[in-house]
Formats: sequence, C-alpha cells, structure tokens
Amino acid sequence: MKLLIDNEEFNVPAGTTVAAAVMLVDRPSFRRSVSGEPRFPLCGMGICFECRVTIDRVAHQRSCQIEVREGMVIETE
Amino acid sequence: MSESIKAEVVIVGAGPAGLCAATGPVVASRSVVLIDDNPRPGGQIWRAEKGRTEDLAGRMIHKLSEHENFRRMPGTHVFGIDGNSLLCESPGGDVRVEFEKLIIATGARELLLPFPGWTLPNVFGAGGLQALVKGGLDVSGKRIVIAGTGPLLLAVAYYLRSKGANVVLIAEQAPRSRILRFGLGLWRSPLKLVEAVWYSAKLLTTRSVYDSYVVRAEGDERLRSVTVRIGAKTETIECDMLGVGFHLVPNTELAELLGCEIRNGAVVVDEFQRTTVENVWCAGEPTGISGLESSLLEGTIAGSSAMGAPDSGRFLRRNRRIRRIADRMNRCYELREELRRLADNATIVCRCEDATFGEMSKFDGFRAAKLQTRCGMGACRGRICGSASRFLFGWEADSARPPIFPVRVSSLAGED
Repeated sequence: MKLLIDNEEFNVPAGTTVAAAVMLVDRPSFRRSVSGEPRFPLCGMGICFECRVTIDRVAHQRSCQIEVREGMVIETE
Repeated sequence: MSESIKAEVVIVGAGPAGLCAATGPVVASRSVVLIDDNPRPGGQIWRAEKGRTEDLAGRMIHKLSEHENFRRMPGTHVFGIDGNSLLCESPGGDVRVEFEKLIIATGARELLLPFPGWTLPNVFGAGGLQALVKGGLDVSGKRIVIAGTGPLLLAVAYYLRSKGANVVLIAEQAPRSRILRFGLGLWRSPLKLVEAVWYSAKLLTTRSVYDSYVVRAEGDERLRSVTVRIGAKTETIECDMLGVGFHLVPNTELAELLGCEIRNGAVVVDEFQRTTVENVWCAGEPTGISGLESSLLEGTIAGSSAMGAPDSGRFLRRNRRIRRIADRMNRCYELREELRRLADNATIVCRCEDATFGEMSKFDGFRAAKLQTRCGMGACRGRICGSASRFLFGWEADSARPPIFPVRVSSLAGED
C-alpha cells in the first residue's frame, strides 16, 4: 500500500499497522514528549498512547491500533 | 451522539473471554453487540498475525456474524457511561450503546516499570514488542534483550526468534528455584507442563538467566545497550531492542466507572461472574490474572448467566481449579524489592506528563502527586504510571473518572 510518511512516499504490505509502518521507514520519533524527548511505541496494544501520530490530518491517533490504508498521510513529530 | 443502538447483551472486549461470552446468547437468538478497541478480534493473546485472517478468533467472529442478532463494533472504545448506556467512539463516529446486560471482558495489560532509560525509543513492553511484530514490524537480524518476569517472556522470545531476531538474552527476575518448584507442581496439569518444557527446549540455545533484571537502558535518541544485573554481577549488553514487561495487570477501568467493587486490583465476581453491580458481569483477566483457559471458561459462564441459562457445574469446578494454579503461578513471579529502587530522581515515571520519580516521591498518595505533578493526567489516564505507582509507592490508583479514554471534544459534547 502506498502511503505518505512525513511527505515521503513509501510502500508497505496491507495489514501492517501504522506503528509498524513508521518503524519500518525509520523515523527518529513518533511524537515528542512534553519535555521534548523522542518517543516510540511502548505497549503495542493501545493503552500507553506513546505511539500517537497524525493520520490524515487527525492528530493524536494511536498508530498501533490502526492498519494502513491506501493513500494514508502520516505525520510524526 | 450520531447513532444510538440497544441490545439485550452488550460485551466489551473481543478476546477469548468476550468471544466465548457472545457465543451462548447469539446462538440463543438474543441481540448481542460486541465492542472491541482493536481493529481485529482475538484480544492480545489471539492477536492475528498481519495478513492472516484464518485464525481462531477470525473464525469465531465469522460464525457469530452469520446470525442477524449479532453486531460487531471493532476499533471502538468506550469512553464513558450514562445510566445503562455506554458512550463509544467508533471509526464511523460516536455511538451510544444501551444494554440490558453488560459483560466486561476488557483483558489485561502488561505491568511496565520505570528504570533509567526506559523512555528511549526501542524500549518496549515484552508483549508490546510481540504485538508490534505481529503488526508487521521487521525484527530479522535485530539484537534483542527480553527481560522482566512471567511466562510471557519465553513465549515472546520464541516468537521473535521464529521471526529471525537474534535474542541475545532472556533475563527473568524471579529465582530459578521458585519457577522450577512451580513447574514440578504442574504434574497434575500435563498440558501446561508440556508447554513449559517445549518452550525451554526451543530456547536451549538462547542465553537465559534468572534472578536478573535490567537496571538501565543506554543510548541517545535511540537504545544502544542495556545494563543487566545478573545474580551478583552487572553486565552491559549491546542491543537494538529491549522488550521488558513485569507480568500482567487487569484492565478494570470500565468496571470501576460502573461502580463495581474492585479488590486487590481485580474486579470482584461471584462464581457466575456477576459483579457487585446488578446486570453487570465480568470475565477473564479483569477478575484476576489466570490465563487463557480461565478466560474461555469465565466468558462462557458469564454468557450463560447473563441470559439466565443454568450453567454446568463442570465449568465452574474446572475454573476454580485453574484459578488455584494461576494463584500459585502469580506468586512464583512475585516482584523483587530491588525493582522498586531502579528509578533515580530524574527518571520519568509518568510518560504522558514527564513527571519524574523525584517529583512524585515527595507525595504520600497518587491523588496528591497528581494535583502537583500532573502524573496520571495525560492521555493514558494513568494506566501506565498508576499501575507502576501501585508497586513503587504502594499507592492505590485514583478511582476511574470519565472520560476513561481521551476523546474528541465533539464526542464529549454529544455533537458529531
């Protein structure tokens, strides 16, 4: 599936979660903490909210709970 | 609310307990709604591998969906209640779900404890890392340390190896003698014993240590190495990823919000899985960590009880037996004292608000710490730091308050 991650185009297999997709393309962080630390997913099951990214302009989406869709636009912090 | 629906039996959670709870009422033609936070059924233990749909949970959902009286709401989370209605946010908008009978099957999460460096990218929960790999994360050739406690560690290590990972160390904090003793006590449960021996045999070539725990993770902007206390020695090991989890914590937030009695972190139920609140049942891990088989039994028992059908005493007896074994197992993985002292004053405990151990330890309870440091007030609503604080400081988490999940303001306002 074709997606845009931080304005760069990538192809990932269908069924991949957004979290896995962002890690596959090696971004420095998913989000920045309130004190500016880079953060990555932690719990992998939608509990901790560390993997939040902006998906199709909607902020704070839990990337580990959402599967990629064709043409999805993902932004990390 | 954009949509309002009602059903005789509403179930929250589509893991083993929730799926079993749905089966009886659906077959008996009762109207059933099954709500689940995950896009796919199966919960954590039956989490489907990317691209695979022919798994057990998928087949169960498929069977249930053949009945017109069954409705499934995947990717939907409950953020509040209003009388006998659950307020939910679903991919298609907000939905109000009115129930006559409610079965809570919200499962468990990993206990995650703070230590210096645990907020670095590539430090995950142990089960968390497995879930990410099932979601398509590539770990082939990665050097991975698995640490913490509980039977999950071996299962995760085995799974990661099967995906081509180089698992360089498994560090279990419990003493080997205690685990062996528990293992020997399993002679009356041959299946469990076979499973334990099978995993150990498969992992023979992986370095496994007991009485051992990660004291620190190092790296800047990304994990580079972990320092592990192994018996009386300390060793630094280079790795790409760390999966560290300290067994499981029941997800009780929804039950708490409904006013169900909670004791020792678990929802109180009678032998028919009835909670202390009328018309509310609870099944599986939220009633106390006792594993897959117990979840299947409790789900089935709750489903029958909720529709007023008599239950076979066989299930009740079998469940009691399994829960006794689970209690013994949970004691075997009891956390050691040293784990309370891993965090230093600068270590972040609340990852949502970056509240540190030093700031939080000045207070004598979660409520007071929350008011001053904002710990537990972030997006996860204290699910991570609340459970950690219970162990670190002996604090009881503040009672759940709505919204138990962060939602869009429009959802709270009832617009959409």
